[in-house]
Amino acid sequence: MSSGSSLLPIIAILPFLGALIPGIMIRAGRTACASFTAIPTLLALVMLGVLAPAVMRGEVIRAEIEWLPQLGLSASFFLDGLGLLFAGMILGMGLLITLYARFYLSGEDPMGQFYTYLLLFQGAMLGIVISDNILLLLIFWELTSLTSFLLIGYWKHLPEGRQGARMALAVTGAGGLAMIGGMLILGNIAGSYNLTDILQQGDAIRASDWYLPALILILIGAFTKSAQFPFHFWLPHAMAAPTPVSAYLHSATMVKAGVFLLARMWPVLSGTEAWFYIVATTGLVTMVLGALIALFKDDLKALLAFSTVSHLGLLTMLLGFGTKYAAIAAVFHIINHLTFKAALFMSAGIVDHETHTRDIKRLGGLRHLMPITASIAVVTALSMAGMIFFNGFLSKEMMLDAAAETVWAGSAWAVPVAATLGALLSVAYSFRFIVHVFFGPVRDDYPAKPHDPPFGMWAAPALLAVFVVLIGILPAAIVGPLVAVAGGAVIGGGELPYYSLKIWHGVNAALIMSVIALAGGLVLLALHRPLDRLWQVAPRPEAKVIFDGLVAAAAGLSRRITEGLHNGAISRYLAIFVAASVALGYVAWTGGGLAPADRAMLPIPPVVAIGWVLLAVATALVVTMHRQRFQALVLIGVIGLMISVGFVYLSAPDLALTQISVETVTIMLLLLALHFLPKDTPRESPLALRARDGVLAVAAGGAVGALTFAFLLRDFSPISDYHLANSYEGGGGTNVVNVILVDFRGFDTYGEIIVLGIAGLAIFALMETLLRGQAARRLRNSDQSQDRSRDRHPLMMVVATRAMLPIALMVGVYIFLRGHNQPGGGFIAGLVVSIAFLMQYMASGFAWAQARQRIGYHDMIGWGVVIAGLTGAGAWLAGKPFLTSAYGYIKLPLIEEFGLGSAFLFDLGVFLTVLGAVMLTLYSLSRIARYAGETVNVEPMDYDPSQRAGAVGRGGE
Amino acid sequence: MELIVASSVGVLTAGGVYLVLRLRAFPVILGLALLSYAANIFLFASGRLRINAPPVLQKYGEAVYTDPLPQALTLTAIVIAFGMTALLVMVALGAFIEAGDDRIDMTEADDAGKAVRKDGAA
Repeated sequence: MSSGSSLLPIIAILPFLGALIPGIMIRAGRTACASFTAIPTLLALVMLGVLAPAVMRGEVIRAEIEWLPQLGLSASFFLDGLGLLFAGMILGMGLLITLYARFYLSGEDPMGQFYTYLLLFQGAMLGIVISDNILLLLIFWELTSLTSFLLIGYWKHLPEGRQGARMALAVTGAGGLAMIGGMLILGNIAGSYNLTDILQQGDAIRASDWYLPALILILIGAFTKSAQFPFHFWLPHAMAAPTPVSAYLHSATMVKAGVFLLARMWPVLSGTEAWFYIVATTGLVTMVLGALIALFKDDLKALLAFSTVSHLGLLTMLLGFGTKYAAIAAVFHIINHLTFKAALFMSAGIVDHETHTRDIKRLGGLRHLMPITASIAVVTALSMAGMIFFNGFLSKEMMLDAAAETVWAGSAWAVPVAATLGALLSVAYSFRFIVHVFFGPVRDDYPAKPHDPPFGMWAAPALLAVFVVLIGILPAAIVGPLVAVAGGAVIGGGELPYYSLKIWHGVNAALIMSVIALAGGLVLLALHRPLDRLWQVAPRPEAKVIFDGLVAAAAGLSRRITEGLHNGAISRYLAIFVAASVALGYVAWTGGGLAPADRAMLPIPPVVAIGWVLLAVATALVVTMHRQRFQALVLIGVIGLMISVGFVYLSAPDLALTQISVETVTIMLLLLALHFLPKDTPRESPLALRARDGVLAVAAGGAVGALTFAFLLRDFSPISDYHLANSYEGGGGTNVVNVILVDFRGFDTYGEIIVLGIAGLAIFALMETLLRGQAARRLRNSDQSQDRSRDRHPLMMVVATRAMLPIALMVGVYIFLRGHNQPGGGFIAGLVVSIAFLMQYMASGFAWAQARQRIGYHDMIGWGVVIAGLTGAGAWLAGKPFLTSAYGYIKLPLIEEFGLGSAFLFDLGVFLTVLGAVMLTLYSLSRIARYAGETVNVEPMDYDPSQRAGAVGRGGE
Repeated sequence: MELIVASSVGVLTAGGVYLVLRLRAFPVILGLALLSYAANIFLFASGRLRINAPPVLQKYGEAVYTDPLPQALTLTAIVIAFGMTALLVMVALGAFIEAGDDRIDMTEADDAGKAVRKDGAA
C-alpha cells in the first residue's frame, strides 16, 4: 500500500457527495451551478493526478475498508493502469460534458437535476473502474444502469425518451443480473471476491467445470452493457437523451463499461476456445452490422450510435482474439474512440442545436455557415474513417494487423475479409457524415438559421479534436506511456508484446486492407442514393417491435398468473393459508419425535370446570350467532372475562388485570364502531363453503389444542430463573413481570409502546382522510336516527360516572405506583384511566367531555414515547447501555413503599402512550359520529332536574 | 387443568379460524379477537401452569414462583392485540363508509372502479 491509498475511497465518494451540490447551486444561476458541479470532478481528477505517477511506474494502489470480512464484503479499491486510463477518461470527459451541457441545455430544462444525475452516474462509473471487490463492482454496475435510466429519460415529456430509458434499463439491468450470477461463480472458484486475488488465479478458473457458465453469464452482462449483437438495439433508442448524455454515456463511459470488464477479466477468462469464438465472433458481427446500419441512418445521432455499436464490436473483437498484441490495440483504440466519438456527438448536438434538425437529408453546406463546427466535425470524422494523420488510423491499422493474422474455424480469410468490410463501411458512413452535412451547396430551407455556437459550446469538442490530431501525428509521445501501462494491466503483467505506435510501418497487409477499405468506402458513398432506396424497401427485423412484443408477452403472462392467483378473494387466501399451516404442522408432527410426558397434570376444581364450560359455550355461540352482531359482541365479552379469571387462577395477576381492562376498552370500541356498521351479517356463503371452513377450523383448532396439550405435559428449563433472582437486586422491584417489562426487556416494551402509538396515530390519520373524501358526504346523508336513544345522556349515568371519576383515577394512580412491586404498572394503569375517561364520554358525549380536557392525545403519545426514550438514553450519561435502570425507594405516607427510579419514569412513558392511543382511537370514532349528524350537547345531561325551565330539548345545538 | 387450557386454546382457535374465513369484515374482526385470545393463552401456557405461585417476590420463606417471562410477553401481546383490533375496526369502518358494504373480498367492480378513477386522474 502506498501513502496515497486513502485518496482512492475519497475519489470514489466525491461524485456522490458532489451530487448534492447542483440542487442547491441552481438557485444561484446556471453558470454558478455548472461551475460548482465541476468542482468535485476537478477535485477527483486532481487526486487521480496525485496517484498517477506511481501507477505509471507500474505500482498498484490499493485501499480497503473492511465491512463484513467473513462474507468477503469490503469496500476495497485498487488503481492500476487500466483503472487509471478509465478513471481519467470518465473524469476528464465529465468536465468537458459539464461545460458543454451548460450551453446545450435550454432555459426550460431543469439544469440542477441534470447535473445531479450526471454526477451520480459519474460516481457509479468511477466505482466500476476502481473497485477491487467484485460485489462492490456489481453494485456500481447496477448503479450505472439506474443513473443512466435517469439521464436517458431526462426529457420526461418525450415519449421516445421514456421508452428509450426503459429499454436501456431493461436490457442492461437484465444483463447486470446475469453478471451477478457469473461474478458469484467466479468468486466461488477463486475463493475470494477481490479482483486482485481473482486475477492471480486464471489457470484455476479456466480449468474449473464452472468456467463456461461463469463466462457466459459475465459475457451477457458485458455484451448488454456494451450494446453487442444481439443486444445492440437499445443504444440507438437511448439517443433520445440530450446530446451531452449521448456524448458522455454512449461514447466515452457507460457502453465502455462492458469493454472495460472484458479487458479487466482478460487475464482470467481469455485464452480459451470458448472465449475466442464467443467474444471475437460477437464483436466481428457487431462491427460489420453496426457499420452497415449506420450507413443508412439519416438521423445524425442514430448514425453515430450505430457507429458506436460498430466500434464497440471492434473493441470486443480485439479482446476476443486473445492475443496480447490485439489487447494492446484495443486499449489504444479505446482512447482514440473516446476522443473522436465524443467530439462527433457534441458536433452533432451543435448542429441539432443550431439548425433544429438532425436529419441528414435536410442538411448540407454547413461548412459555410458554421466553419468552426465543420472543422471539428471533419477532423474527428476523418479519424473515425481511419484516415492517415488522425488517431483513428493508428488503432485501425493495429486492428487490421491483428485481424490479418487471425484464423477463424480453420479459415485464414474470414476475419480479415470481414474486418476490411467493417473498415470499408466505416469509411463510407464517416464520409457521408462529412459530405452530406457540411459540404454541398448552402440550402435555404434549414428549420433555423445556423451559425457557430458560443465558445463555451465548441470548446470541449475542439479540445478533443486537437487530441485527435496530436495523437494521430505523435502517438508515442502523447499516449505511449499510458497505452503501455494500461495495456500491461490488461494482459496481466509479464512482457509487453512488440508493437510500435507510429504512422508508417511500410507496405504491409494492414495498409493494403486500409486502401481497399478507403476506395471501397468512397465508391459506396457515391452509390449511396440507389443503395439507400434499396435498403429502405428491403425487409429487416425491427428490434424495437420484437422487444416490445417480448415485454408485452412477459407482462401478459405475469398478469394472467397474478390475476389467477390474486383474484381479490381474501377469504380464499386465508383458507389457503390456514390449510397450508395445518399441513406444515402435520408434516412437522410426523417428522419429529415426541419425548414422553414427564409433567403431572394439575387437578381440575369444579369452579374451573364451570368457567371452561362458559368459555366453550360462549365461543360456540359466537360462531353460530355471529350474524347477530350485538349478541356476538356480548358473548365475546364473556370469553374475555373467563380468560381473565383463568389468569387469576393460574398465578398471573398482571395478565388478569390487563386482560380485563383491555376487554372493557375493546368491547366499548367495537360497540361504538358497530353503531355505523350493519347490525346483521347476511347469510352469503353456501353450505359447502361453510362445511369446508368448518373442517379447516376444526383441523386448525384440534392441531393447536393438541400442540398445547403436548407441551404442557413436558418440562423444560426456563431462562427466567435469572429474572427471578435478579429482579429485586438488579431491577429494584418485586413484581418480576413488571421488572421484566420495564427493565430486563425494556427495549421490547419500548418498541411495543411505539407500535401502539403508531396504531393510534394511524387510526387518527385514517379517520382524517376518510372525512375528507366522498365518505364524508355519504356519512352526512346517512340516517342513524332510528338507533338513537331518546335519552342519550341519562341523569343516573352522568351522576354516577362523575362520582366515580376521582375514585377511578385514584385506582389508576395506585395501580401505577405499586406496579413495580405488586401486580399493576404503566400498561394497566393507562387502561384503567382510559376506562375512567371513557365512562365520562359515554355519559355526557365525547364532545362535551373533550371540551373539558386540556392535554391533546397526540401530545400524550408523543410525550410518552419521548419520556420512555429519554429515560433509556439517560443511562448513556452514566456510561451504561440504553435502558439500564437506576433506582431508589420512596415511602409516601399512607401508601406502601414504592421504588422510584428510572424504571418509574419509563413506566410513566408507557402509561401516557397507552392512554393517548386508546383515547385517540375513541376521539376518531366520535369525529365520525359528529359527521354522521350526531349533535353536540352543551349540558352534561339531557334532562337536568336542577334547571327546571327550558332544560327539555336543549340536548342539541 | 392442562386439558382445560389446551382445549380452550383449541376451541378458541377453531372458532377464530371459522369466523376469519367469513365474507364480512365484522365476523372477521371477531374471529381475529378469538384468535388473539388463543394466541395469548398459548404464549402464556408455554411457561407451564402453576397455581398459587404468582411471580411477585415474597419477603419471607422459600416461595415457589411461576415463570414470569411468558407473562411479560403475553402482557404486551394483549395490549398490542388491542391496538391491532382497534386499527382493523377503523379500517373496516372506513371501508364500509367508502364502499357501502363491509365485504372483505374484492370484486370485479372494485377493480373496475379503481381503473376508472385512475384514468380520470391521468
